[in-house]
Amino acid sequence: MAEYIKRVIEKLEILGKDLFEQINRGENPRMLIPARSLKNVIFDKKEFILRLGDKKIERDFFNLHKAKKFMQTLLVASFAKELLKENIHASLREAFYAMKRTLPNSNENTFDEQDESDSCIVDLEVTLDVLREQLHLNADTKGRVVGDVIIEDRGDVIDWSKLGSGGWAIPSNVEAIEFKKVEAEFVLVVEKNAAWERLHEDKFWKKHKCILLTTQGQAPRGARRLIQRLNQEFNLPVYVFTDSDPYGFYIYSVIKYGSINLAHISDRLGTKDAKFIGLTMTDIETYKLKNWTIKAKDVDIKRAYELLNYEWFKKKHWQREINKFIEKKYKAELESLAGRGLKFVTETYLPEKIKNEDFLD
Amino acid sequence: MTQSLDISEKIKEVSIAEFFEKNRHLLGYENPSKSLFTVIKEFVDNSIDACIEANILPTIEVKLRKLDENRYRVRVIDNGPGINPKKLPIALGKFLVGSKFYRLRQSIGTQGIGAKGAILYSQLTTSKPAKIYTATINSKKIYYFELMIDVIKNEPKVIKYSEEENKDNWHGLDIEIEVEGKYTSKIEEYLKLIWLVNPFTKIVFEKDGEKIILDRVTNKLPKQPKEIKPHPYGIELGIFKRMLEITDKKTLLDFLVGEFSRISLITVIRVLKLSLRAEEIEIKDKELKVFDFLKKEFKQDYIIKKTLEETGLDENKKIIELNEQELRKLFLSYKILQYMFKDPKEISLQEAEKIFNTLQKVKIRAPPTDCLSPIDNKYLIDALKKLYPAEYYVAITRKPKVYRGFPFQVQVAIAYGLKELKKMEEEEIPSQSIILRFANHTPLLYNARDCAITKVLMSINWSHYGIQSGNSNLPADNMLILVDFISVWIPYKSEGKQAIAEYPEIIKELELSVQEALRKVYLYIYKKRKAELIKAKRNIFERYLPEVARSISILSNYDENEIRKKLEEIANKKLPEIEIEV
Repeated sequence: MAEYIKRVIEKLEILGKDLFEQINRGENPRMLIPARSLKNVIFDKKEFILRLGDKKIERDFFNLHKAKKFMQTLLVASFAKELLKENIHASLREAFYAMKRTLPNSNENTFDEQDESDSCIVDLEVTLDVLREQLHLNADTKGRVVGDVIIEDRGDVIDWSKLGSGGWAIPSNVEAIEFKKVEAEFVLVVEKNAAWERLHEDKFWKKHKCILLTTQGQAPRGARRLIQRLNQEFNLPVYVFTDSDPYGFYIYSVIKYGSINLAHISDRLGTKDAKFIGLTMTDIETYKLKNWTIKAKDVDIKRAYELLNYEWFKKKHWQREINKFIEKKYKAELESLAGRGLKFVTETYLPEKIKNEDFLD
Repeated sequence: MTQSLDISEKIKEVSIAEFFEKNRHLLGYENPSKSLFTVIKEFVDNSIDACIEANILPTIEVKLRKLDENRYRVRVIDNGPGINPKKLPIALGKFLVGSKFYRLRQSIGTQGIGAKGAILYSQLTTSKPAKIYTATINSKKIYYFELMIDVIKNEPKVIKYSEEENKDNWHGLDIEIEVEGKYTSKIEEYLKLIWLVNPFTKIVFEKDGEKIILDRVTNKLPKQPKEIKPHPYGIELGIFKRMLEITDKKTLLDFLVGEFSRISLITVIRVLKLSLRAEEIEIKDKELKVFDFLKKEFKQDYIIKKTLEETGLDENKKIIELNEQELRKLFLSYKILQYMFKDPKEISLQEAEKIFNTLQKVKIRAPPTDCLSPIDNKYLIDALKKLYPAEYYVAITRKPKVYRGFPFQVQVAIAYGLKELKKMEEEEIPSQSIILRFANHTPLLYNARDCAITKVLMSINWSHYGIQSGNSNLPADNMLILVDFISVWIPYKSEGKQAIAEYPEIIKELELSVQEALRKVYLYIYKKRKAELIKAKRNIFERYLPEVARSISILSNYDENEIRKKLEEIANKKLPEIEIEV
């Protein structure tokens, strides 16, 4: 049995024994769970990372409003313990179905929506200070990667350069991946699949000796951990390439500092060296993309104001970028570069930005 | 009550038929369905009253047969004291303007034109006589009459008469008439409801062969309501004047003390003192003492002494010694005494008005209130249980109060959480809760909107008592609220006698009564909701408990059953079962 499995099982047993002791003393059993609200998320300016604060919420059983959540959390915990003992994994969806059942003499289910079990899983991660992957609960797979890299995954040797147009699908758990060969000078993280496909078709990764990765929207945990490992283990700079709007900026910040939702594991997922390559609001002017911008919606502006207040966007150049967005009220998608010609992004925009080290930190 | 007088007067003036035709709507005969309802109501009300007065447990049979689209045969048989055959034609066939304008006595039937009206209505719509059997208690014979009313002469007309042997020692009254009418569910509703508040009654209702039997829930008759004299505050000038005209009392003093309640000699002296002006009288022998002078004239020592006490004149002073002010007092005392011994018929209209107005101003004790007879709360609840199965019942009777000199009392009953929702509520008020209004133990089934009871219910803050309200702020919960207003004189809003007038004292008392009953209901609702909440909690915890125990057992490796048992113990400690006292 792997070392981490023993460690996680022990943590789960401590949780169970603590509850047993409380019950044995005739007390209302309760758990303390770190609060996951924005108010309890702290930006660590020294480490450049988002962390959870000390605020904890109590979840007890003999409480009409909390009884169900209490039961659900315990169902997840015991389910995880069984997975670990048998050394098998389950996806979040599988876990939901495995734990969902109708309670006797009622028409009430243990869980009605996957959201409920997902939220209990995160609670358990935070409470036990473990990753869901360590609980053998895997997030859905998302994100693809190509590059001159060879890895070994569960005994299979995979060459990222020989996987055709689709590339390698990044699994949710990349802990056990072993890198056999890494020939690259940097990692280019692309928000959107379409842009990634354009760069892949143009063999950008070959020409510029890079690893080309798409997060397909908000970066999933597997992809973030993979970026972090490539950065930490091979010292590769990481450039993030997203739309020029608050959502794009936030995707970059998540890769760099971690997310509000998963603040508790930022240190295991964040890549603080990551840099923002574009699109910046300034790029729109520099590269004459104005014709291909889209009018910003009210919600976009609202989101921009939220970003202005995040501690980790307090840097001058970011405030400038966001304010510019608010002022101009337009945004540009990665695909808008195609307005300047299909190969503009591959042959002009990215090479120039990299050459000039025109990044935002 | 003026209406009652007006009607009596009108009856005297015009022919009864004319009067009836013109005032049908006022008397409850405005349309075929209301008319059939009124006919039955008049007979049944009278029967119950007659039985109570004779101390007989009432058994009343109502037989209704449809003869034609708009024609019914109605027969009402009671086991009451019956009517003396000699008096029967007059009692049922002549509209009387008696010496009594109204009786101040709590009774079910109202002093309208009652059974006579029903008989007349039958005659006017079908030209058939009323067929009547009667026998008084211990009568050897049963008497049979076929009776009509000569509407021009206002005389009964006996069409047929016969006697038969009373083999079974029957007593009571058995009236059958044919009327134009239409059946409505209000008739059945009326019979059920009058039974509800007179639960010592047995009612058998037979309609076209189908029978409904409402058996009495008790063999105990209620206390006999006592008749009382009118209180000066409750009388109107017109009636006061008529009373002076027709009284058989010989002096004003006897009239005032004898015909009214709570008027004493002192009250009479005070009233006259304030109503009369002193007039100079000629006195021959001025050497006489005041008392002796008056004694010679008026004889009655005690009354003279009391009068002088009230006017403040020393009875031992000689008249010659009196100063001017004292002399005026003597003249006034003389006048007071003179009027006290005056024949009431000699009082002028202006004097009567003056005395009447003064009577309203002086302080007079409230009338006696032991004349009222509410239903025993226990029997009311027993009857409610039969008609309206519910979770919880409460009935309260407050102490009698007085409005305008009339004693009255309010009784309220509530059946909360009705088991089967019966469609008996009044059509005019679309609300979920059933509202039952009564006056002197007879249901009020029309004009709900105009009635003081409804108005008071509309002003209640229902949410304060944990009860939902709906349209017009009437209660909307699954419950029944019964209000019975009893009095020696019910202040109906109109001759239809279906709505109680809104005197401030009545509104206030109705409000307090309803609130008192609601407080008890609220206590029940509160306990019930609390118990339900605890039960709901228990259910939730009981449902989750096995899952929690199993999970903790998997996590901690301790025995699942042990954890379960301990959790159950904690649950029992935390959530004690609350008993509901009803």
